[in-house]
Amino acid sequence: MKIGFSAAQEQFRNEVATWLAEQLSGPYADLRGVSSHTAMVERRRVWEAELGRARLSSVGWPVEWGGRGASLAEQVIFAEEYARAKAPSRLNHLGVELLAPTLLSYGTEAQKTRFLEPIVMGKEIWCQGYSEPNAGSDLANVATRARLESGPNGDEWVIDGQKIWTSLAAFADWIFVLCRTEEGSRGNRGLSYLLVPMHQAGVTVRPIREMTGHAEFNETFFTGARTAAANIVGAPGEGWKVAMATLAFERGVSTLAQQMDFTNEFEALVKAAQANGQATDPLIRQRIAEASIGLSVMRYSALRMLTNAESGALSHEAFTYRLYWGVWRKKLGELAMDVLGPSGEYAHGDSPLAHDLQHMFLFSRSDTIYGGTSQIQRNQIAERALGLPKEPRGN
Amino acid sequence: MQFAFTDEQQMIRESARAFLEAEASLPAVRLASGAVNGYDEGLWQQMTAELGWSGIAIPEAYGGAGLGFVELGILAHEQGRRLVPSPFFSTVCLATPVILELAREEQKRQWLPAIAAGQLKAAVAVTDRVGHADIRKVGVKLAQVGSAWVLSGEAHFVVGAQSADLLLVVASAKDANASQSLRVVAVASGTAGVRIEATEMLDVTRPMASIYFEQVSVSAEDCLGVDIDASSGLQRALDQARTMLAAEAVGGAEYSLEAVTAYVKERVQFGRAIGSFQAIKHRLADTMVLVEAAKSMAWYAACAADEYANEALAVAASSAKSCCADAFNAVASNAIQLHGGIGFTWDHHAHLYFKRARASSMLLGSPAWHRERIALGLGLSQIASVPQF
Repeated sequence: MKIGFSAAQEQFRNEVATWLAEQLSGPYADLRGVSSHTAMVERRRVWEAELGRARLSSVGWPVEWGGRGASLAEQVIFAEEYARAKAPSRLNHLGVELLAPTLLSYGTEAQKTRFLEPIVMGKEIWCQGYSEPNAGSDLANVATRARLESGPNGDEWVIDGQKIWTSLAAFADWIFVLCRTEEGSRGNRGLSYLLVPMHQAGVTVRPIREMTGHAEFNETFFTGARTAAANIVGAPGEGWKVAMATLAFERGVSTLAQQMDFTNEFEALVKAAQANGQATDPLIRQRIAEASIGLSVMRYSALRMLTNAESGALSHEAFTYRLYWGVWRKKLGELAMDVLGPSGEYAHGDSPLAHDLQHMFLFSRSDTIYGGTSQIQRNQIAERALGLPKEPRGN
Repeated sequence: MQFAFTDEQQMIRESARAFLEAEASLPAVRLASGAVNGYDEGLWQQMTAELGWSGIAIPEAYGGAGLGFVELGILAHEQGRRLVPSPFFSTVCLATPVILELAREEQKRQWLPAIAAGQLKAAVAVTDRVGHADIRKVGVKLAQVGSAWVLSGEAHFVVGAQSADLLLVVASAKDANASQSLRVVAVASGTAGVRIEATEMLDVTRPMASIYFEQVSVSAEDCLGVDIDASSGLQRALDQARTMLAAEAVGGAEYSLEAVTAYVKERVQFGRAIGSFQAIKHRLADTMVLVEAAKSMAWYAACAADEYANEALAVAASSAKSCCADAFNAVASNAIQLHGGIGFTWDHHAHLYFKRARASSMLLGSPAWHRERIALGLGLSQIASVPQF
């Protein structure tokens, strides 16, 4: 057990840092510090391509698919340097971090050939179609249906239904959708995992305005939407297994990038506290220290989790990690507002820094809801990690 | 970077766990805590002379195994699971790092092989009557009177003092020129003028004593090191010891959680195991979140104790010490609650863990003290504004 990096790893860090610094002070200076997931979409597409050409889009992927086959330590280093350079948030993070690893594990060779390169090069942006109005925490209660039909373009899946909370749907090119493909099936049986083009008449996207005032999520409606019969990952009826694998990748290396965002938010909060004098308040100091401990907890829990994941088992910390960070970030938001004081109540903050912290506070209310509420997380920890009896199911 | 136990570390852990499960059952722990000096000398001899635990992190040149704080932390963690009363923390986790950081070569040669062989027990006297964690507030003075040196004052909350052969006394020193420094003085426990008074503590598994120094004559040679201020080396050793307390606390927390989880699966009320009620499940889930967070911190800090320079180690040690102490307190108190009435009895083990958790969190700096230290480490300026009444 060792936390330091080797000389070769530090050299990789240097290479990444130098490249990022050159790009973000040169041709991509306008993108430095862009953290919104919905801002400057066209420029961020170009940036994704630049990353792809440098083989930095997804350093952990195999070399043959555009990555570098990087070790875990190198992926940690990349995430750290990416955040330190204030590089823009990844436009295609759902494609890079969720769909691509799913395809690498479950996709056919044809699917890998067709889809991975456009992901690496930022040519096709992906979004995720899991949740439905009646399938939130009870994710398996999927009502969106798909059936195979023969037509002029050969066999195609025809999809009808509605997905919700689809972030990035407003400009995504493709969506991976969990659909019910066996008539009369219930729960997690009879589902399939389909890849569907967004730019077609059968797909309609409607933004949802959230309590932040922004619209980062959408509703996505499928009305006779179509995709080729080959665009299914895994066999028909195996969708649940594949979808769960995708969710498991949320616990993967992408958590490191997210942690770096948290570090930046924490540092912004400290800056605000020092600027307005709140950093001298003993109780605020205690809470800032507590938040900083949390950053270390998340970093080292993620490293444990990722190291253990290489052995294939879902270890204890993998169960608790999701709940931990959701609760941590919500507290960070509350601390930020206490630091800002009354000026945090101005509708848009009284400075860009205050605005960002305020937005983080509001957005963080969703951190214990999306991807499985904290209540569901606690059930899972209790039942799957501690082995307590399962909740009885209704009909 | 490899944040997982090596095969060797895994083996150390498994063999330590197997040994303690056989030799340190909870009834044995209760019995030991009532023995002379509050521990089982036979068990201590097995742990040291036979298994080599006291020398695990001592360099090979001094008769140890030459491993580091991760391996030492594994042993602290396993003993924390069983609340084993022994001189391990005082001698191996605290005094040994102090010696390694500060002692002269001949002092190391005198003490370290004896510690590694289980023939020498040591304690560090650093805390004043109030229990300050700040080493600038020690309660013992070392004064130069002519050519002689005299120790006077008192130290409290000294872990393992009753059984120690060697006392390492932290004292604020003033030499003949009135120049001040912090020194660590080695004093044999039987020295005239040294009075060790055992104090009865809530936590019976970790004996402590107060030590009174009444004009104890020492020589300059008795100081660790040669004519240097001990602050920086002492602080490093204390931080290393704090990381070991963190590992030990995680062991206790882990065991508490396992025990209460097993209980709620068996205990039936209203015709169902109480562990099937969501109120219980969610409370235990939250408890597990704390335990897993504390584990990550403890092993990070143990690595830091080996790898980091002083300032970075201070932040890591304070983070782990406060995080693991808070977690252990929360887990142990939840364990009492979820055991219900039985958990409130003297005969049940839950209160032993509860009291150990609290005692450990007060040892070498409370969680709040450590958080303030982190705030300082983050560069937060200190002057607090006081509200006008």
